[in-house]
Amino acid sequence: MAAFDEKEYTQSFDLSIWKRLIPFLKRYRLAFVGMLIFNAVCASIDVVIPLFQRYAIRNFIEAETLEGFWPYAAAYAGVVLLQTLSVIAFTRNSMHIEMNLGKDLKRELFNHLQTLSFSFYNVTPVGYLLTRVMADTNRIAGMIAWNMTDLLWSIFYVGGGFGAMLFLNWKLALVVLLIVPVILALTGYFQEKILRWNRRIRKLNSRITGSFNEGITGAKTSKTLVIEDQNTNAFRKLTEEAELAGVKAARLNAVYIPLVLFFSTMAVSIVLLRGGYMVTEQLLEIATLSTFLTYAVGIFEPIQMTAANIAEFISIQASIERVTDLLDRTPDIQDSPEVIGRYGDLFHPRKENWEPLTGEIEFRDVTFRYPDGGEDVLKHFSLHIPAGTTVAIVGETGAGKSTLVNLACRFFEPTSGQILIDGKDYRERSQLWLHSNIGYVLQNPHLFSGTVRENIRYGRLDATEEEIRAAAKAVSADIVVEKLEHGWDSDVGEGGDRLSTGEKQLISFARAVLADPRIFVLDEATSSIDTQTEQLIQEAIDHLLKDRTSFLIAHRLSTIRKADLILVVKDGKIVEQGKHLDLLKKGGYHHDLYSKQFAEESQARVLKN
Amino acid sequence: MEHQTPFRMTIREKMNMILRYLRGCKRSFVLALGCSCLGTVFHSLTPQVIRYTVDEILVKPDATLAVLVQAAFAVLGFAVLRGITNYGQRVELAKGSERFVKNIRDEVYDHIQRLSFSWHVAHSTGDMIQRATSDVEVIRRFVCNQLVEVVRTVFLIGLYLWIMFSMNVKLASIASIFVPLICIISGVFYRKISYHFKEADEAEGALTTCAQENLTGVRVVRAFGREKYEIDRFQEKNEFFSDLWIRLGKISSIYWASGTLMTCSQILVIVLAGTWETVHGNLTLGEFLAFVTYNEALSWPVRTLGRVLSDMSKAGVSMDRVGYILKAPEEVDHPGDVELPDEGDIVFDHVTFGYGDHTVLKDVSFTIPRGTTFAILWSTGSGKSTMVHLLDRLYDLNDDQGTITIGGVDIRKIRRSDLRRKIGLVLQEPFLFSQTIRENIAATRPLAGDHEIRRAAEIACVDEAITEFRDGYETLVGERGVTLSGGQKQRVAIARTLISDAKIMIFDDSLSAVDAETDTKIRTALKENLEGITTILISHRVTTLMQADRILVLDEGRVQNIGTHAELTRCPGIYRDIYEIQMSSDDRRLLEGGDGNGRI
Repeated sequence: MAAFDEKEYTQSFDLSIWKRLIPFLKRYRLAFVGMLIFNAVCASIDVVIPLFQRYAIRNFIEAETLEGFWPYAAAYAGVVLLQTLSVIAFTRNSMHIEMNLGKDLKRELFNHLQTLSFSFYNVTPVGYLLTRVMADTNRIAGMIAWNMTDLLWSIFYVGGGFGAMLFLNWKLALVVLLIVPVILALTGYFQEKILRWNRRIRKLNSRITGSFNEGITGAKTSKTLVIEDQNTNAFRKLTEEAELAGVKAARLNAVYIPLVLFFSTMAVSIVLLRGGYMVTEQLLEIATLSTFLTYAVGIFEPIQMTAANIAEFISIQASIERVTDLLDRTPDIQDSPEVIGRYGDLFHPRKENWEPLTGEIEFRDVTFRYPDGGEDVLKHFSLHIPAGTTVAIVGETGAGKSTLVNLACRFFEPTSGQILIDGKDYRERSQLWLHSNIGYVLQNPHLFSGTVRENIRYGRLDATEEEIRAAAKAVSADIVVEKLEHGWDSDVGEGGDRLSTGEKQLISFARAVLADPRIFVLDEATSSIDTQTEQLIQEAIDHLLKDRTSFLIAHRLSTIRKADLILVVKDGKIVEQGKHLDLLKKGGYHHDLYSKQFAEESQARVLKN
Repeated sequence: MEHQTPFRMTIREKMNMILRYLRGCKRSFVLALGCSCLGTVFHSLTPQVIRYTVDEILVKPDATLAVLVQAAFAVLGFAVLRGITNYGQRVELAKGSERFVKNIRDEVYDHIQRLSFSWHVAHSTGDMIQRATSDVEVIRRFVCNQLVEVVRTVFLIGLYLWIMFSMNVKLASIASIFVPLICIISGVFYRKISYHFKEADEAEGALTTCAQENLTGVRVVRAFGREKYEIDRFQEKNEFFSDLWIRLGKISSIYWASGTLMTCSQILVIVLAGTWETVHGNLTLGEFLAFVTYNEALSWPVRTLGRVLSDMSKAGVSMDRVGYILKAPEEVDHPGDVELPDEGDIVFDHVTFGYGDHTVLKDVSFTIPRGTTFAILWSTGSGKSTMVHLLDRLYDLNDDQGTITIGGVDIRKIRRSDLRRKIGLVLQEPFLFSQTIRENIAATRPLAGDHEIRRAAEIACVDEAITEFRDGYETLVGERGVTLSGGQKQRVAIARTLISDAKIMIFDDSLSAVDAETDTKIRTALKENLEGITTILISHRVTTLMQADRILVLDEGRVQNIGTHAELTRCPGIYRDIYEIQMSSDDRRLLEGGDGNGRI
């Protein structure tokens, strides 16, 4: 089995990737404008406040009068209040953008994932997808909203600061401007290195988490092999590496930041020297010089932060790429436009046009190969399954028993050839039409968080309480439900974790029964149900399968014997097919399997009783 | 399924915990703090230069150039000193905190390794990993950033207020009123918000769960055509989550704004009052400028201080969570414990054992003579491995539960490491580490040569399969590498056990995923190679069981029968039934369509 590879993402800036975000951003134009305006107001006030100090020195302190002091105080207070209000306004706008953008991206991704085919799910780990849906979207939205806010503020503030300095004294302003390229060069040089080390630290951290995972899940094995010391030593090496990397990254920062500090102070010193001289020559007011110094000191931090900010901002490119890659993935199985026109799509089904399904299935010259597989598992396979037939598929674990079911349910489509349902190629009807008529019960049944009732209702959303109970009763699931603490309202836990596998199988059985499908698929559906209960529901199953087309993937003898048709699978291929007794008489692979199973079941019975 | 009463440590215990992990890095922290405080002092000197310069220029216009040059160099000089202390602070802090977190991680990892098996069974992996990673990170942030920051801020506030008071008592008093005010308000407000944040975090958790369930249950969703329903469900949670955050954003925008308001007000009040004082001649212009600068420099740290202080409770919770792991007792050997005797029979003497109310072994007694092959047929699926767990001391018997002895020594008196090293155990569902196949096989003897490793793999009939991989023995297994089939895993695990110098080998249903043909091959190879070693086989396959010297039949935890294959087949019982089913499953009956309910 091939390991899942994650694509390496582009490192350099690529505008086309960012453009993909535009449709998402467009919806919040207004919020962006609001954020921009209030941000600008905020930054402007930050620029203006030192001017108040200048005014105080010029008009009160140097004039040695307090005339007009109170209106001045009131104006100052007014500006502070305005500042406060614009902080509220722009944070709200940013929050609005962040959350809505995140929400839209999540919805888009999730919706798209619902349309992707099994071939995709079979090779993609759930954890990977989950990270895309949650972490990447959160990161994109957060960065767009807040980094942008920070960036804009810095730009406005630095711009405003320089504007003010140029206005106060353009010659001095040029001195300060001269230092900016030095700072930028320093930042460019260090930022790249720091980023690289940070990436390395993140990787080491995820390896440490992995080690913890393995140390805990493999604890029993470590104990029995007595290799605890070895594990600890290997772990120590890893943490040592992390320690070194952490110190190294800090060292880079420790050189970079003081250097920036030094150069910006250099600018301040020059201003002090030159400006002070101008003051003594009566070319500059002392109030202006002090204000100027305030700007000169204050402006370098935003510049330095901006560089880090931009670097971080660009780093979301990888997240955007991962998200858009997923959105670009086209489902392997799609309904044609004509089919959608007639039967509707996933989200807007046109049920009025749906024909009833009788359940006749025909494989016509079907050749099939899994998208990630190297060889054909079916070659020119033809089989007619009349409506109401019970088909048993037998074979050893991992032999590929699910292939036929996957094809019949259109989870995969034939590589060549046709599959007809009710005499018509199933590609001429919508997937939803077919799936709405299928009841699928898996060996490892999957339940959703929520109550037992909700889980059974999943089979038919508009079912009444009576129907739900009746469905449960039909497969004896009601006995299980009544034993639970809160009965029908019992929470099944995440993925149904609070129930045993057997209990889950019964509930999922009831769910399928409620759906009242024309085609039933039972994938070793009763394997974990105890013998007593199994006998109880066996009758129910027989009853249910009557008049319905069904696929039983099973090795219980009772099920196999009752099937109308048996398909024997070995190494992914159908090696024998026919009726049970005929196959036994032939004495082939089915016979071997059957004998073995017979022995195992008899033995199980002896051991249990 | 965890029943943990929340574990709480006292403040003193928490202090001790921090101190313990500061070993080897206390010096770095002291240096970092020293550098940080020194930097603050240098920083506080710059406004004094400005004050001096401004006042000098105004008073003595003739001496200006010299004064200005002095001032410019002083400012630059202080910047250099600050830069040096800043460098020292960053580097030392990084050294200290990286060592600190390494100390914790190493100890937590090592400790987890040495916790008893029953502890592992009782705790969920996800939760433990959370504690070992996220919670450790919270503690690190607290000790390395917040604690240092608090000390520095307190020093800064003290220093600046002292300078300000020495300049003008009236103004300084006004400024100092703001300090506790801002600190308390931002602290209290922050705490309130964090409470709401928790709620929002939970909403995010619910959303994640919803997505995860959908993705893992994709087959069910498709088979029922429930895509639209799922989307609605997800969207509902998505909306709830983002609405909650937007609401939270509204509250926190007020929080941020109120902080801004407080800080700006402090600056405003001081500028106004300072102007007033200066005009009244109580302050020179230079002093006014310096004072305003100090005041501004004071306002920000005060704000963060409030937040940091109220954030400390989080670190406390994380310490409790990590402490919970560290407090759990490790498996310890007693000083008087001995080595496993080289030779000796294994004797179960009236052993009764169970988990909770459920008794699995009931008064079981038997002897396994050394060097023999002993097989166990177990009638119920659950608890099959209990005997193995007891023998390997993954669980220990209490005094009233009987004894297990090897060579006459109670195994509870044998050093665990020695016992386990000499018992080779192959589990039904073996765990392989995410390393190469070679490393996995050589786990107990990392220095084993190629020849030995291949030999072990050959006996386990897995050499061929391994060499078929592109990277052969260097193939990586697990998440980042190749996924092995159940049978391959079992066989690698057998090879891993064979290479160890075990005196007792236990195969706990460990060939269940291997086909019958390979099974026979492996067993033959094993038989040839396990001469003189005591072998215990647990299985349901009669072909596996019958080759043993003695076979123990356990029925519902009691000894039902014990004897050789020949003896057991002679008398009626479970063994004979099974034997007959497996050996003489009658083809004719099958062909006649036997119902499978009757015994043959």
